[in-house]
Amino acid sequence: MLDFTSAISKATGLVISLDPDLVEIVLLSLKVSLSAVFLATLVGLPLGAAVALYRFPGRTGLIILLNAFMGLPPVVVGLIVYLLLSRAGPFGVFGLLFTPTAMIIAQTILIIPIIAALTRQTIEDLWEEYAEQLRSFGASATRALPTLLWEARFSLLTAILAGFGRASAEVGAVMIVGGNIDHVTRVMTTAIALEVSKGDLALALALGLILILLSLSINAAVYLIRDTAHRNHLS
Amino acid sequence: MPINRTISRGLSLLLLCFVSSAFLCLPYTVSAKQFITLASTTSTDNSGLYQFILPKFTKKTGINVRVVAVGTGQALRIARNGDADVLIVHHRSSEEKFVADGYGIERFDLMYNDFILVGPKNDPARIKGLTGIDAALQKIASSKTLFVSRGDDSGTHKRELSLWRRQNIDPRRQSGTWYRETGSGMGATLNTAGAMKAYTLTDRGTWLAFKNRFRLVIVVERVPPLKNQYGVIRVNEKRHPHVKTKLAQKFIDWLLSPEGQAAIGSFRINGQVLFTPNAKSGPTR
Amino acid sequence: MSKPSILPLELDNVTYAVSGKPLVRDVSVSLAKDTRTIILGPNGAGKSLLLRLCHGLIAPSAGKIRWQGKSDQNPAHHQAMVFQRPVMLRRSAAANIAYVLALHRIPKAERKDLIDEALALAGLSDLANRPARVLSAGEQQKLALARAWVTKPQVLFLDEPTASIDPAATYAVENTIETIHAHGTKIIMTTHDLGQARRLADEVLFFHQGRMIEQTPARTFFGQPKSALGQAFLRGELLWQEDGDAN
Repeated sequence: MLDFTSAISKATGLVISLDPDLVEIVLLSLKVSLSAVFLATLVGLPLGAAVALYRFPGRTGLIILLNAFMGLPPVVVGLIVYLLLSRAGPFGVFGLLFTPTAMIIAQTILIIPIIAALTRQTIEDLWEEYAEQLRSFGASATRALPTLLWEARFSLLTAILAGFGRASAEVGAVMIVGGNIDHVTRVMTTAIALEVSKGDLALALALGLILILLSLSINAAVYLIRDTAHRNHLS
Repeated sequence: MPINRTISRGLSLLLLCFVSSAFLCLPYTVSAKQFITLASTTSTDNSGLYQFILPKFTKKTGINVRVVAVGTGQALRIARNGDADVLIVHHRSSEEKFVADGYGIERFDLMYNDFILVGPKNDPARIKGLTGIDAALQKIASSKTLFVSRGDDSGTHKRELSLWRRQNIDPRRQSGTWYRETGSGMGATLNTAGAMKAYTLTDRGTWLAFKNRFRLVIVVERVPPLKNQYGVIRVNEKRHPHVKTKLAQKFIDWLLSPEGQAAIGSFRINGQVLFTPNAKSGPTR
Repeated sequence: MSKPSILPLELDNVTYAVSGKPLVRDVSVSLAKDTRTIILGPNGAGKSLLLRLCHGLIAPSAGKIRWQGKSDQNPAHHQAMVFQRPVMLRRSAAANIAYVLALHRIPKAERKDLIDEALALAGLSDLANRPARVLSAGEQQKLALARAWVTKPQVLFLDEPTASIDPAATYAVENTIETIHAHGTKIIMTTHDLGQARRLADEVLFFHQGRMIEQTPARTFFGQPKSALGQAFLRGELLWQEDGDAN
């Protein structure tokens, strides 16, 4: 229990004093995870919607694959990306290993299935409701795709938040492809792992509390936006 | 209703600012500076040595050193793949093999510290009073007292196994009983040993910096078999043409120079010197 | 209308079956311009399916559907449909109408006037910027009508449009339908409300168990239907028995 109280006081101290190391780590964590979410959304939203709306051979298999890959172990993704980006690997010439870019790549791969699978389910359900009316207007499935994505925007926001949660919480992938290099690729989760390995559990816990607080703030802000929009009956 | 819309818009704007600040505020100058990548071990890094000596090197030469601290096996693998420019580990036979296989140019003695045997304060195996690591390990094995091993093919792990071998003991045969392998770094292993009230072998550097001692104490130290020698190697540019040869060589030259050696020797934790610099004048194969 | 008419609409032995069970059997009919055609019949008679077949939402299992003598026609052009429960997009009333115009690639400059016109026709001008989903059932149905009419279709299909709304809204909707008809759109509507049929029909198609039993001018039908089933229906009887060949 001593660890908890000292953790809370440590955390408060770090946050209030805007400890520069902490700020640097937090900003890098946000940069990596938000970039990954952005890219994964760019790929995952249309992918999920397309799988929802079109019929093609192997569709069922693809749906099962997407759903299953929501649970991809981050450390496995990290390992695979490491092998790809290593100088000894196929994409070594780009020299991306141990950079934030590699971390973004790994996290993007990790969360595309989450966003795509959740989008697919949402759009499929919505299409059932809208199909007759939209087809009556003369909209093909292709024409309806962007419409449905916009109609589902609040549910999709939840899917995107789920992706962000996964990205900002994982340590396995970013540790392997980033190398946890001080001032270069150290993010919140790898910093916590480091402090645990040093035995500084109070500091690790403090960082953990700050990470949770960060995630809570972002989710609260998004919820508030959604709620005000709801109350404006914009949804 | 207009008020609500304003709030919604305001919050969206705030979130957007928050998000974009994460992108903009990051110093991108880091990537503009020259840098080399050093593959080394967690035990070395966790001691704090690199955070102490590297800024001195950077100040002098303007070259940043990015430390990737992993287990010895992984460090060797990273250097072998050409993902690092310099390698510093503490397992001589692996280092010599690295050079012999053509992945490294030359191996130099850099510094040494030592391993220590730590264990629970109440000394369940009754080792106190025994001299030497051999007697201690024999006692632990014969009394089947809990012993935690890193079990991760690291320098520390390899040293631990070789110490057991001196007694003709292979404790891995009894893995899961009194001999527990964590497969983790030194810190995690110390955490486990403390929680389990077990003995374990650790390097002094990690121990001095370790904050979570759980009533573990040093049981055996300062005997010759526990000496831990570090070697530094430059990755061979013939194998990996992209390696930053010039910069890496500058780094190694500095480490082996009187200035670098003095920096290493002046690193202290709680007044104790951690690493003893012992670079010779020429390379050791 | 400068565009060539897509009417008459002709069905030639059209059958629609699901899992072998015929739900629309052997329907042959010709529907001409100008008349308000009401499709009448008990639930399960196949009225809604017939509308969807004509509109092109489903394909017949057998038989042909011909517009102006040609066999294929894109449902979006020149026709529109209003469903029993309208699906509103999550945007304002005006934006719902704008969506249809965008689909039909009407240039942006022309859209505003068309939207205002359609809203005015449906009596919704005050609600232009209201989110469509908060409108009442009646208002939503009027919006659906405005949305359907804005592209000036030649034919408007309506599937039980007032089944889910209150009498006051029904009155307003029926007025809007009549206005749309007055502007030159052919009306083809299903209903099981006899009173509504009486109010709106020029001709009646009476359906029972997937078959068209008769096609009769309204005044005649409501005086004395040609068929026994039609007469029974008008009397208010429950037509539950499986019939042989109806007359």
